[in-house]
Amino acid sequence: MTDKQVVRRFEQIVGAENVMAAEADRQAYAYDAAVLDSVVPALVVRPETMEQLGQVVALCNENGLPLTVRGSGTNLSGGTIPSSTRSVVVVTNGLARILEINTEDLYAVVEPGVITAKFAAAVAEKGLFYPPDPGSQAVSTLGGNVAENAGGLRGLKYGVTKDYVMGVEFFDVNGELVKSGSRTVKCATGFNLSDLMVGSEGLLGVFARIVLKLIPPPKASQAMTAVFDSVEKASETVSAIIADRIVPCTLEFLDNFTIRTVEDFRHAGLPVDAEALLLIEVDGHPAEVQEDSEKIQEICRKKGAVSVQAAANAEEKDLIWQARRDALPALARLKPTTVLEDATVPRSRIPDMVKKIKEISQTYNLDIGTFGHAGDGNLHPTILTDKRNHEEYARVEKAIDDIFEAALAMGGTLSGEHGIGLAKRKYMETETSRGTILYSRMLKQTFDPKNILNPGKMIGE
Amino acid sequence: MADIAELVRLLKELEDDLVSCTRCGMCQAVCPLYGETGRETDVARGKLVLVENLSQEILDDPEAVKERLDRCLLCGSCAAACPGGVPVLDVFLKARAIITGYLGLSPIKKAIFRGFLSNPDRFDSLMQWMGRLQGPFTRSVNKTLGSSCARFMSPVIGDRHFMPIAAEAWHKKAHRDFTEPRQSGRTRVVFYPGCLVDKILPRVAEAAMEVFAFHGVDVYVAAQAPCCGIPALSAGDVKTFSHLVEKNIRIWQDLDFDYLVTPCATCTSTIAKLWPAMETYITGDSGKIRDQIPGIVEKTRDINAFLVDVMGVQAKQSADSGTVTYHDPCHLKKSLGIAKQPRTILAASGSLQLSEMSDADRCCGMGGSFNLAHYELSKKIGAKKRDAILATGADTVATGCPACMLQIIDLLSHAQSKIRVCHPIEVYAQSLRQTAGPARAENQK
Ligand SMILES: Cc1cc2nc3c(=O)[nH]c(=O)nc-3n(C[C@H](O)[C@H](O)[C@H](O)COP(=O)(O)OP(=O)(O)OC[C@H]3O[C@@H](n4cnc5c(N)ncnc54)[C@H](O)[C@@H]3O)c2cc1C
Ligand code: SF4
Ligand code: SF4
Repeated sequence: MTDKQVVRRFEQIVGAENVMAAEADRQAYAYDAAVLDSVVPALVVRPETMEQLGQVVALCNENGLPLTVRGSGTNLSGGTIPSSTRSVVVVTNGLARILEINTEDLYAVVEPGVITAKFAAAVAEKGLFYPPDPGSQAVSTLGGNVAENAGGLRGLKYGVTKDYVMGVEFFDVNGELVKSGSRTVKCATGFNLSDLMVGSEGLLGVFARIVLKLIPPPKASQAMTAVFDSVEKASETVSAIIADRIVPCTLEFLDNFTIRTVEDFRHAGLPVDAEALLLIEVDGHPAEVQEDSEKIQEICRKKGAVSVQAAANAEEKDLIWQARRDALPALARLKPTTVLEDATVPRSRIPDMVKKIKEISQTYNLDIGTFGHAGDGNLHPTILTDKRNHEEYARVEKAIDDIFEAALAMGGTLSGEHGIGLAKRKYMETETSRGTILYSRMLKQTFDPKNILNPGKMIGE
Repeated sequence: MADIAELVRLLKELEDDLVSCTRCGMCQAVCPLYGETGRETDVARGKLVLVENLSQEILDDPEAVKERLDRCLLCGSCAAACPGGVPVLDVFLKARAIITGYLGLSPIKKAIFRGFLSNPDRFDSLMQWMGRLQGPFTRSVNKTLGSSCARFMSPVIGDRHFMPIAAEAWHKKAHRDFTEPRQSGRTRVVFYPGCLVDKILPRVAEAAMEVFAFHGVDVYVAAQAPCCGIPALSAGDVKTFSHLVEKNIRIWQDLDFDYLVTPCATCTSTIAKLWPAMETYITGDSGKIRDQIPGIVEKTRDINAFLVDVMGVQAKQSADSGTVTYHDPCHLKKSLGIAKQPRTILAASGSLQLSEMSDADRCCGMGGSFNLAHYELSKKIGAKKRDAILATGADTVATGCPACMLQIIDLLSHAQSKIRVCHPIEVYAQSLRQTAGPARAENQK
């Protein structure tokens, strides 16, 4: 088929208004939230029904057109940057219906374009709880969350997206609908394909429907802050809390650079001299919350916290989390370009990692603020720079290499939650093995013989 | 300017603002337009990318960029929510000005802006004529709201339900000088009604005057009411914009006053935020006009904020004689952070219970000229606002912007609703009327 005929076929499937071929429209689908070069796709299509989605995938395959699925394009690893200028970008925000929220069997069925926060709110309205809460939840799609295995602030106690995926219905490259998982807690029917889809970054299939697990919400919660004059003490506190068999739902860390930046931004009275700030929340049964929060405060003091404070009411609680919410916006305002990484180390290695990041920032003379999920070792070293300054940006790239090398040397992982995409594929083999890459490529080759699904990402070509 | 190199050079001046967008996409959560269409070119991130690409000659289609930039309510929801603090609206308006400078203004806009808007007297006469002529062509549709619709198929009006144009602009009758000497100690206010109140909703201005009288404020109303310039600025016509700013400043420059007060959210935010942001385009009197802007900005107040923050109006225990719900105009809450004061004014009336609608600060979909160019989209965005209002069961909806009032009137009128639409100041004035008398004398002391 000629190009014109292909475009016509797409128009027949999704309607002319849902096919974007103009240069100006296509240029708006050439990027995502990663600091990487844009690639302008050949076409953008926006299916509005599951049937249309399947036909679009099949048409791409028939014509050997590379296909990149795009939710809200907020991933930080280049997952939605088109693989080539021949790519078709398939946008899922026309598939945004919550199909079912089942309050008896505690699951929900959604289309892939449903926005995370909207879903969580709809679930809460029915008296249930969907815990995964990535910082981007106000915009991210559930399809994108599953494809990146997104995490969030509640990861420590409640787990991440993968812990809530009960089933995925997806299209293979031929447009055949593959069903995996079920609506039941137990399921031993067939290969566990839905787990394979989690974190697949658009390389193995195109999600059409997702079945998600819901849980009853906690009845009470308590938030606290603890100020430390050294990162070591903060980190020991984290380990001690968990060693005492308390699992807070959230356990966040801000380093001195971040504390100072947030304070400059909000003037909420943060301790600008502190080396580390821990923001902690426990939830559950009221009696248990009371007991745990008292124990945690005691542990903080014992481990040398300069001060510990529990939120007395909802307002104070909000103030605590405001500081965490402000971390990224406040840092982002310092310089034009923000490189947000998510290198993750075993919990006990946080002080080493924070120290290492400080060294790296000195070696390359860069501003790096570090905050993140102390409870699970998932740090967000955030490099502040200006990509127009090529000399500085070259140093940034070296710093990123060093950060990953350090994380891996400490037994950590490249990505706690942002995925590999284009940004981190060159480090994949170092963390895993040559065999892992080859095996993954064979897997992809089998599912996708023409290599049309987001080619080049994660495992290379 | 017909030179593409010049276009590129001017757009490059926006570079520092453009690079501060990290492409995080958080603006998708709040953009009312994107919420309807799901198109990346409708949200701030996409539009900023197109402007940047045009400036870097990655894209060489200024018309396509202009067309997409124009699809925007200029509501500022994106800027208010942007983690990176990108001054999105300033970039949009500057880019519109630069690209319009290159492409030229459309003949119809040229005729309207240069022929009428920039000449307040001629604009008044035009509106007056329309006010008189509209009778035979329109008919009343909703008595509570006071709305009308076109009797015949009209390409301009479509099936809008609108408020008729006043037979005479309000300021023509109302203009007045300060009455008290400076030494009297009275607060001196220049009252600026704004075009929509002046020509379509004069009842808001009347209410404001009653409130000023009650609080013993000495008021000045100019004999001419030039537009604040926002329609021209949004269309990229910075020449008319500059001209209008100059006309206004010339009226005020020799007056001795404390505050410039307007009942229009859009006028307030245009004067307080956009005049300074766009000052490079304000060229009058070899720069002397521009120099006066900071002084004007400092004195500019939304009427609700003026009454609460300056005059100390406080909420009262409310008798339960009905419920009111409040819509936050984008230009008050998102541009100026004013959300509490209008609610305080409603509560100060002591008559109505406030019943908050869901997402009170969600854009109503008006967006000034957006409604003219994209009525269907505007209606779709408005439908959410309409439903939120109806869900409260309130019998009055108040909002601090005449443009939002017109949109809400259109929405409710189509829904055959009997809900009254008014400005908070009207609710407050009404309560004063009922309890006035002795209290007034007390206040004037
Ligand atoms: C400010 C900010 C904060 C963030 N905070 C967090 C955080 O706390 N935790 C976290 O984990 N991440 C975070 N992220 C990263 C990002 O938001 C997540 O990766 C999110 O899951 C992406 O969702 P999306 O809808 O934008 O997906 P996209 O970016 O559009 O896509 C992501 C990947 O999913 C694939 N994909 C999307 N839909 C489908 C589908 N239907 N079928 C198959 N593949 C699909 C795409 O091809 C792509 O590879 C943050 C990002 C930003 C900008
Ligand atoms: S929220 Fe701000 S920084 Fe993020 S994409 Fe939108 S405009 Fe850019
Ligand atoms: S100003 Fe309003 S309509 Fe325009 S891009 Fe921003 S949020 Fe969307």
